[in-house]
Amino acid sequence: MNFDDTPQEAAFRTEAKAWISANAPKQYEEELRKSSLGRTVLKGANILEVAKAWQKKKADAGWACLHWPKEYGGRGSSPIERVIWQQEEGPFGKLSGMFIIGHGMCGPTMMAFAGEEQKRKYLPPLASGEKVWCQLFSEPAGGSDVAGLRTRAEKRGDDWIINGQKIWTSGAHYSDYGILLTRTDPNVAKHKGLTMFFLDMKSPGVEVRPIKQASGQSDFNEVYFTDVKIPDSQRLGAVNDGWNVSLTTLMNERMSIGAGVSTGFPELFEFCNSLMLDDGPAIEDRNVRSKLANYAVKASGLRYTSMRAISALSKGERPGPENSIGKLVAGSMVQEVAMYALDLQGAAGVLSGPEDAEVAGKFQAMLLRAPGTRVEGGTDEIMRNIIAERVLGLPGDIRVDKDVPFNKIPTKGRA
Amino acid sequence: MNFDFSDEQKQMRDEARKFLAEKCPSKAVREVLDGKAPYDKALWQGLAEMGFLGVAIPEEFGGAGAGHLELCVIAEEMGRANAPVPFSSTVYLAAEALLLAGSDAQKQKWLPKIASGEAIGTLALFEGKGNPSPKAIKLQASGGTLSGVKKPVPDGAIADFAVVAARTGSTGRDSDISLFLVDLKAGGVEAKSLTNVDPTRGQAELTFENAKAEPLGAAGDGWSILTQVLDRAAVLLAFEQVGGSDRALEMGRDYALDRIAFGRPIGSFQAVKHILADMYVSATLARSNCYYGAWALSTNASELPEAAAAARISATQAFQHCSKNNIQVHGGMGFTWEFDCHMYYRRANTTALTLGSLSYWEDQLIDRMRKKNAA
Repeated sequence: MNFDDTPQEAAFRTEAKAWISANAPKQYEEELRKSSLGRTVLKGANILEVAKAWQKKKADAGWACLHWPKEYGGRGSSPIERVIWQQEEGPFGKLSGMFIIGHGMCGPTMMAFAGEEQKRKYLPPLASGEKVWCQLFSEPAGGSDVAGLRTRAEKRGDDWIINGQKIWTSGAHYSDYGILLTRTDPNVAKHKGLTMFFLDMKSPGVEVRPIKQASGQSDFNEVYFTDVKIPDSQRLGAVNDGWNVSLTTLMNERMSIGAGVSTGFPELFEFCNSLMLDDGPAIEDRNVRSKLANYAVKASGLRYTSMRAISALSKGERPGPENSIGKLVAGSMVQEVAMYALDLQGAAGVLSGPEDAEVAGKFQAMLLRAPGTRVEGGTDEIMRNIIAERVLGLPGDIRVDKDVPFNKIPTKGRA
Repeated sequence: MNFDFSDEQKQMRDEARKFLAEKCPSKAVREVLDGKAPYDKALWQGLAEMGFLGVAIPEEFGGAGAGHLELCVIAEEMGRANAPVPFSSTVYLAAEALLLAGSDAQKQKWLPKIASGEAIGTLALFEGKGNPSPKAIKLQASGGTLSGVKKPVPDGAIADFAVVAARTGSTGRDSDISLFLVDLKAGGVEAKSLTNVDPTRGQAELTFENAKAEPLGAAGDGWSILTQVLDRAAVLLAFEQVGGSDRALEMGRDYALDRIAFGRPIGSFQAVKHILADMYVSATLARSNCYYGAWALSTNASELPEAAAAARISATQAFQHCSKNNIQVHGGMGFTWEFDCHMYYRRANTTALTLGSLSYWEDQLIDRMRKKNAA
């Protein structure tokens, strides 16, 4: 048992470190280091532009999408090299947020199902960040139950005509392309009538409307499709096989490890180390210490769980299922941490303005962003189902709509 | 990075699991639970023959000379089997104290006997309620003898010798405390068995009356040695707790697959699934914290104090969480004497206290994190 790099890993780390040190946008390092959930802002700069510039710089030097093949804009690196890169990239990795969906989900799906010519055309600019992609899966009638989606695709000549609505689409407002899951046959069971496409987000008939979130920010969108035309050549996988295609997308995401989910613990620990309560330093208060210890072991547990997965990658093995706990644990923890940090501020915890609030309102922003982390990318409940069914081998839920033609499934609860 | 046990260590874990499945079935644990024996002597001898008692004891002192990583994997299996033997007191506490602070003669005297199963050892630290603290130690040492009362002492009624924490000064500093070795069979010590929450592991009151004692380690070093012993034992016991957590989770999972209610396996209900998923989460967090503790223990890293506290807290929480929810998943049957669920519940809630309570270790963890932060 050790934490040492193999000689090859050490060589790769040295090379990555040197390049990052010479090329990263250092002027933003401090702000990025301090940014936390709900608050990633760069004063006097447009973060999207900074992010795109960094991504392009990485791509030009061969450091983008490391695990992708070279011909598609990657480096052909091993999974462990990708993890080492992330470790060395450190706070600058926070600039990759806008590319996560494109690189983690859209790219691998294109790689598995698009034609060779398309891959060579679309993947390199996706890797370099010149083109941003989004994933159009969720709908008002299909969130956790994504196979319940209703957006229709109808064949007309060599084209497909799309009508319907997507929702919770991260980054659609700055995306150039998207992968789109549609219903092509409503007369069969819901999982059996879906088809996947990719499309240009500037296609006529596509309308993106940002959603104002409960936090007041807008990261997600509604996307409306009115007679949008997609050529059949942009279909991914067979007609009505879209469910299996989407599973490939999601499985790819599970292989991406090390990105790290925010728990809020380092921020809280730092805060408690400097905070004075009425009767002394917060860090010397028994209750504070007990709370901190409980959060500390969750945060360290997640960190070491991820190291176990990295070790498997380093040995060329597939990581075990233990990494599936990350989002579930971190999501509810970051929310609790934010609430506790406000509690420690007493009545002044209500203040959220950067000038008046403690630590510039960091925990207030965290509090307001946190509910989203427990919903996006699979709710806490869906994550528990996944652990119970795929890790522990418990039976799936009874699905009353599984063998019913999609157009016979009830659409209303109480009339 | 290789943050995992080696293939040889995993093989040893498999060997220990196989051995314990055969020699320590629930029936054997129940013999002790029902008071028919104070501990499972046949199993104790078997563990000695397998080389498990002395796995981390150097060969020159009669052990296998493997190491602490090997001891961790065996500890996990001891916890999984709920073994009714004085393994933790003898191996994690007494042997570790000897290894850390014993003279060559003391090691020669006791370690080979531990490895061969001839001697049971323990640590006599507590004097009534409360957590590890130099202030709480009143038992007096004078002129090579000890007088006072220790309780609860794990396995105190069956132990052959004890490492005893005693007061040798009154300055109010940690250096008031020294450690002693006492041969419990040599007279001057009266042992009384105490009823406790987990009858498969004994607890006792030891009354010392001018009992002959020899110093273990330098005078005044007692508290500093104890702190190190407790850290090491915390990691090792945490592996037992992780083994117990996993077993409780498996029991719950198996029952949820087999038990039919409302016409379907209860494991198909989300209410039950989610309980089990949360058990998996806590057991996984604990296991990962324990691995870090194992690394720190085996390399004697400066991170050991922090790693030990984190492993201890996380594993205590996991075992309590998994053992209580295993009963919940079993419903009424889980609350019967006949089902094994309560044995893990009992063990979880006693191991949670034997090295000091959860709140004590929470406090320790924050102290240690602050020290690291300041450094």
